[in-house]
Amino acid sequence: MNTLSQVRFVWKPLVFLLSLLPAAFVVTDVTGLTSSLGVNAVEDIQDRFGNWGLRFVLIALAVTPLRQITGWNWLARLRRMLGLFAFCYVLMHFLAWLILDQGLLLSAILEDILERPFITIGFAAFLLLLAMAVTSTNGMRRRLGKRWQQLHYSVYIVGILGVWHYWWQVKIDAREPAIYAAVLGILLGYRLLRLRRRKRDQVRPAPSTE
Amino acid sequence: MLIRKPSGIRPSEITSPENYVDRRRFLAHGAAVGGALAAGHAAGPALGAILPERLGEKLDDVSASPFSTEEAPNSFEDITTYNNYYEFGTGKADPARNSRQFEPRPWSLAVSGHAERTGTFDFDDFVKPHRLEERIYRMRCVEAWSMVIPWVGIPLADIIRQFKPTASAKYVSFKTLHDPQRMPGQRSRVLEWPYREGLTMAEAMHPLTILAVGLYGEVLPNANGAPIRLVVPWKYGFKGIKGIVSMEFVERQPRTSWEMAAAKEYGFYANVNPEVDHPRWSQARERRIGAGLFAAKQATLMFNGYAEEVAHLYQGLDLRRNF
Repeated sequence: MNTLSQVRFVWKPLVFLLSLLPAAFVVTDVTGLTSSLGVNAVEDIQDRFGNWGLRFVLIALAVTPLRQITGWNWLARLRRMLGLFAFCYVLMHFLAWLILDQGLLLSAILEDILERPFITIGFAAFLLLLAMAVTSTNGMRRRLGKRWQQLHYSVYIVGILGVWHYWWQVKIDAREPAIYAAVLGILLGYRLLRLRRRKRDQVRPAPSTE
Repeated sequence: MLIRKPSGIRPSEITSPENYVDRRRFLAHGAAVGGALAAGHAAGPALGAILPERLGEKLDDVSASPFSTEEAPNSFEDITTYNNYYEFGTGKADPARNSRQFEPRPWSLAVSGHAERTGTFDFDDFVKPHRLEERIYRMRCVEAWSMVIPWVGIPLADIIRQFKPTASAKYVSFKTLHDPQRMPGQRSRVLEWPYREGLTMAEAMHPLTILAVGLYGEVLPNANGAPIRLVVPWKYGFKGIKGIVSMEFVERQPRTSWEMAAAKEYGFYANVNPEVDHPRWSQARERRIGAGLFAAKQATLMFNGYAEEVAHLYQGLDLRRNF
C-alpha cells in the first residue's frame, strides 16, 4: 500500500537519485575518480548519454502499461520526472555532440543536421522532447488544454525516431538497436491492442481511461 | 566519364627491386631512401631471423624507415584496446578482451594462384627471408577516427617477389583464419566469414604497403591481428586484414568482406578521401584518438596524407565511383 506521502517522500526521491547515477558516472569518469571511460572518450560520452536518453524514453513509456497491468496507480506520479530525465539525457547527448564532437563548428553542425538523415531524425526527436519538457509544468498543461495531450502523444514518435537514429548509425551490427526496437514494439503494441479492444467494447460501459 | 582501371603491373617490375621505388620518390626523398636501400642491401641485419612467439617479446634487428611519419604515435594502450577486429566481437574493446586466449602460433599461410611458387608455408619460413622495418603510419578508420601506429613489418612487395607472380596476377586476395572455436566473433554472422580483402597488384607492390608482424618493437598483439596482418596506410583501416592465412594471386578483382556486407557504403578501393563521404557520415574530418576531450577534430588528408606517394596509382580513375 502506497500512500501519497510515501510516493512523494520515498519513491520519487529514490527514483530521482537512481536516475542521476548514469550522469554521475560520466562525471566521475571524466574527473578521474573512476576509470571506465573508453579510449575514445568523446564517443563514449556521447554514446552513454544517448543510450540513457533512449532508455528513459522507453522507461517513461513503460509507466502506463505497468500501471494498468499491476494496478499500481501511484506509478503515474513518476512519469513526468522520468520523461524529464529522458529529455535531460538526450540534451546532454546533443550537447556532447555539439561541443565535444563538432567543436561548435557551425558549418559542420548544420551540414550534419541537414545532410545526414540519421542526425536529422535524432535532431527532430530532440526538438519534440524539448517541446514536451517546456510544456511539462502544471500551468502549461492547464493553458494548453486538449492540445497538451496531443503534443505529448508525440513521445511515441520520439521513441520511433530514437530507435531509428540509433539503428541507422551503427556500422553493421544492429543487435543492440534491435533490442531497443523490440522493447519499443512491445510498449507501442500494448497500446494498439488496448485501443482496439476498447473500440470493440465501446457498446459496453467504458473502463477507466488513462 | 572515362574510367580507366589502374594500369597493370608488369612482371619485370615485380621481379626487379630497383624499379619499385619509383623515380618521383627518389627525387623527393633523395639520399634518404637511396641510402637506406643501399645500406639494407649491402650491410643489412642478417636475414633468417626467427620471430619470437610470445606476446611482449622484443623483435630483433628492426630498422627504421624513411616512410615513417614524424607524428607522435598513439600509446600502446590506445592501439591495443580500441580497434575493430570482428573476429573477436564488434565492440571496439572486444578484440583486446576476447583475444587473450588466442594462440597465434603455430601458423601457416597458403600462397596460391598465378605465381611460379605456391604452397603452404609455416609462418617462420614465410617471414624468415626478410628484414623487419619499423613503419610509423597514420591509420584512418572509415568511422572517422585516426591514430598513429608504429608497426613493424615487411614490405609486401618483398614477400610477393619471392613467389614470382605471373603476368595473369592482377590482384592479390587475402583471407583471415576462419575458426569460430578460436575466434568467438565468428560465431555470429555479422560478416560473411572468412574476412576477405584484396589489393591491385600495383597497390600490393607499392613500397608503403607492408605485412605487419609487430607493434612498438614487439610481437604483434592478438587484438591487432597476430601473427601477421596487412597495413595499407592510404586506405581506410578495414582494408588492413588481420590474422592472414591465405594469399592468392588472381586475375579478377576479388570481392571483399565489407563490400559484400554493404556495397553502397564500402568499396574495393577504400582510399581515404575527405571529398567522398560515407553515405551516412562525413569523411572530411577525423578525431585523433588520444588528443583529449576538448581537442577539435582534424582535417582528413587526401590518401591519408600519402597522396604524393600513391596518387599516381589512381590516375584516370573516378574516385567518387570507385570509393
